[in-house]
Amino acid sequence: MTATTHPGSTATAHAAGGHAPHAGPTGFLWKYVFSTDHKVIGIQYGLTALVFLLLGYGLMALMRWQLAYPGQPIPVFGELLLRALGPDMADRGIMTPDLYNSFGAMHGTIMVFLAVVPLAFGAFGNYVVPLQIGAPDMAFPKINMASYWCYFAGGVVMLVSFFIPGGAAKSGWTSYSPLATVADLAHRFDGQTFWLMGMVLLITSSLLGSVNFIATIIQLRAKGMGWLRLPFFVWAQFVTAFLLLLAFPPLEAAGIMQLMDNLLGTSFFLPTGLVVSGRPLDVSGGGSPLLWQHLFWFLGHPEVYVLILPAMGIVAEVLANNTRKPLFGYKSLVYSALAIGFLSFIVWAHHMYLTGMGTKISTFFQTTTMMISIPSVIILTALFISLWGGSIRFNTPMLFALAFLPMFGIGGLTGLPLGFSATDIQLHDTYYVIGHFHYVVAPGTIFALFAGIYYWFPKATGRMMNEYWGRVHFVLSFIFMNLVFLPMFVQGLEGMSRRRDDGGATYAAGEGVYGLSLALKLNVGISHAAWLLGVAQVPFMINLFWSLWRGPKVVSDNPWQATTLEWATPTPPPHGNFTHRPVVYRGPYDYSLPGSPTDYAPQNLPA
Amino acid sequence: MSEHHAHEIRQATRKYIYVFLALLLGTVITVVAAYVPFGSRSLNVAVALLIASAKAFLVAGFFMHLISEKKLIYGLLGATGFFFAGLMFLIVWSNADQFLSIFR
Amino acid sequence: MDIPHTVEARPDTGLYNAKVGIWLFLASEVMLFGALFSSYILLRVGAEAWPHGLLSVPIGTFNTVVLITSSITVVLAWASLKLGDLSRFKLYQGCTVLLALTFVAVKSFEYRDKFTHYYVRLQDGTELNGHLAGNPLNWTAANLADTNRVGASITFHPDAAGGEGEGAHGGHAEPIELTAANVAKLESWGPWRSTYLAIYFTLTGLHALHVIGGALVIAYLWGPGSRMWRSDPERFTNRVEVCGLFWHFVDLVWIFLFPVLYLL
Repeated sequence: MTATTHPGSTATAHAAGGHAPHAGPTGFLWKYVFSTDHKVIGIQYGLTALVFLLLGYGLMALMRWQLAYPGQPIPVFGELLLRALGPDMADRGIMTPDLYNSFGAMHGTIMVFLAVVPLAFGAFGNYVVPLQIGAPDMAFPKINMASYWCYFAGGVVMLVSFFIPGGAAKSGWTSYSPLATVADLAHRFDGQTFWLMGMVLLITSSLLGSVNFIATIIQLRAKGMGWLRLPFFVWAQFVTAFLLLLAFPPLEAAGIMQLMDNLLGTSFFLPTGLVVSGRPLDVSGGGSPLLWQHLFWFLGHPEVYVLILPAMGIVAEVLANNTRKPLFGYKSLVYSALAIGFLSFIVWAHHMYLTGMGTKISTFFQTTTMMISIPSVIILTALFISLWGGSIRFNTPMLFALAFLPMFGIGGLTGLPLGFSATDIQLHDTYYVIGHFHYVVAPGTIFALFAGIYYWFPKATGRMMNEYWGRVHFVLSFIFMNLVFLPMFVQGLEGMSRRRDDGGATYAAGEGVYGLSLALKLNVGISHAAWLLGVAQVPFMINLFWSLWRGPKVVSDNPWQATTLEWATPTPPPHGNFTHRPVVYRGPYDYSLPGSPTDYAPQNLPA
Repeated sequence: MSEHHAHEIRQATRKYIYVFLALLLGTVITVVAAYVPFGSRSLNVAVALLIASAKAFLVAGFFMHLISEKKLIYGLLGATGFFFAGLMFLIVWSNADQFLSIFR
Repeated sequence: MDIPHTVEARPDTGLYNAKVGIWLFLASEVMLFGALFSSYILLRVGAEAWPHGLLSVPIGTFNTVVLITSSITVVLAWASLKLGDLSRFKLYQGCTVLLALTFVAVKSFEYRDKFTHYYVRLQDGTELNGHLAGNPLNWTAANLADTNRVGASITFHPDAAGGEGEGAHGGHAEPIELTAANVAKLESWGPWRSTYLAIYFTLTGLHALHVIGGALVIAYLWGPGSRMWRSDPERFTNRVEVCGLFWHFVDLVWIFLFPVLYLL
């Protein structure tokens, strides 16, 4: 153990157990590639997901060129696209509608299933949860490894699909049938087929992961770690795991059925009398396109909370640590997270108001949708109130965590008009929707993930990240995120469709259409902000790798003076994590206890 | 292994055999009931599903020991059952006009 | 540090890790098959006509009995281990594997039956169902055009009158000759034929994959995996129990599949 100065060290010394940490596996391959150690797997998840995050951003950055300057060749990258994907996709370096559609579909897919969820759940969950509950590893380490490799294989399948004849899936990340089935009839193994096979692998991965997480949290909590002593982050991951466990299988079922539609010519989602390109499609018919939407959104909506709950967990940890006071309303946070998890299963059809499914059921889903905003608001409010009267340390993780609060607030509140069927009819499928959910996920969740990276980096590596460049990263990201997404609300309210590869120019064809010319002009500004947002990530990328080798070494196992158990391990934690079986004596956020010699009391400090 | 424990297992084994016989009987009843006209097809469907549920209860309750399982498992399965019911019921409800037509 | 509760139960939950794990997995399986059953309902109520009697009830009943029997052998195998009797465990578990193989064999026979049963639409608009001479597997009109393989024509034996649904097992009527010229469409009764067959193949196919997966694990525990009985008998018994829970679930799914697909 490195120099240990935190007050909990005396507790670990005489805690029960007394096993020496296991000698880890040796050899590069078994230690870093086919590892069963939750920390290595967490880092594998993290690095892979960051690569996909960059790739997902890259697709969008190219699409933004087409939106800002429709029909003009993309500088530099246009040539690359032409060489890689051929003239069918990028003729003379100009993005074709097909390429735009497939980049749009893959941007969504990659960001949701390959970047943000693996980062929030796979990486942070894997690395932090066992440490925070005082466990030596996950309950099923081999299954954990299988989970990562399924994810990796799914990612590879998705990437390969860009280069097959016909290109990647181009029917949106939602893959609505029958469009998804008939989008590329010329090829049997088309992009959509690859998408579905990739999704089956990704679903298997999250299934294995969620079983493991839940079993770990239920079974491997350290002695004294009662349910209401769990850090909020663990609760958030617990609920997230349940969402993945129970909401993903229906999409797996739907994926299998769509795969059969694509490959074997079944008609699960193809209605009778379907005409494609002026010819009746030669299938039996009798299927239900609505069925796909139901099964997709049964996952799709809980997935939103899969994206946001771990982020809330990270923010709660960082806030408590840097306000130096207990979280306000820990119990209401926990119960709200559980309520969100529960309700998120019965709100899905608010994505389907325009399908004409009837007013009674629309009313039901409006009601549940409004209900689910209550626990979300409780969480956000409790986090805001936690700031009250704290002596706040404004370090980089805290800045990102603080920015999460208003950003998620904007994202959440702009969702309310979409939750009512009457207003949704106007806003559906416009840029307003894009603005809404990106505020939740991009400046919301991704900021929280950045907070997590800066916060746990010293535990994982033993070195601090550079504070100055961290702040530069924060300020620039904050400015450009808002410059990208705020104008989208205006565009959406002007009725600009989110699907057009010409950025809505067809709508503005008529002279004097009020507002649309403004909406079109905004496209140029948004695109420039989006590219600068990418530039703003350069300090982060350099900081991440530079600090890995050159960052200042931590002088303590607990550099942030935090209370939760992950800081009671050696730095970086060895195979088996703890030198002694930890025992928990108190709640997760005992900061600034009156009469205490330090302003924090770790969970393993005897009461 | 204690004598008491062994006795318990032997008793349980006898129970398993009875459950097995009940399941075979249930299978026969299902097949026979499918050919008995109850008046409407919906009624036949209801009867078949009722018998299947009874058989499922026997398998889950005795073979899978759910009759005497820990609270945690009940909680998990309760939640799963709820979400499953929600999925099925809400999907059917959103297509209610179609669904009602089969009773006409 | 070793991972706690891999064998002994955690006091406050009363469960060992793998048992929590398998129940969580089964919960997700409930949602998987639940979604497919929901799809079945929706497709059925939305269908203009739902076929009845396409599948052989005696065969289905036989397979039901096979699976129920395999369930009892699994639970008896576990009970034998609890009594410390490895050889009886091997006897029962061996029966389970054989029953599983029987189930899969019968199922593939049923599948073959569907892929050798044909729908044909002639150029004059006549629609017929029946069998091709020599029972070739899964032909389409393209096979007829391939004269190298077929010759000029192939004999088609239409089913006896009684409509699409009831004709599946009827006697044959007057045979006709099919050629590439007089056939507009030829397809076997695979999943593409109707939404009923689509959901039938999906549900039973997925179920069969579960049977095969379960049988592989049971065979492993029966064979090389049973060495653990000597080193760690309690953990081995737990493994058998967990694997049994999965097997019973597979049985349980079939209990619903049988009436839903064969009888109703």
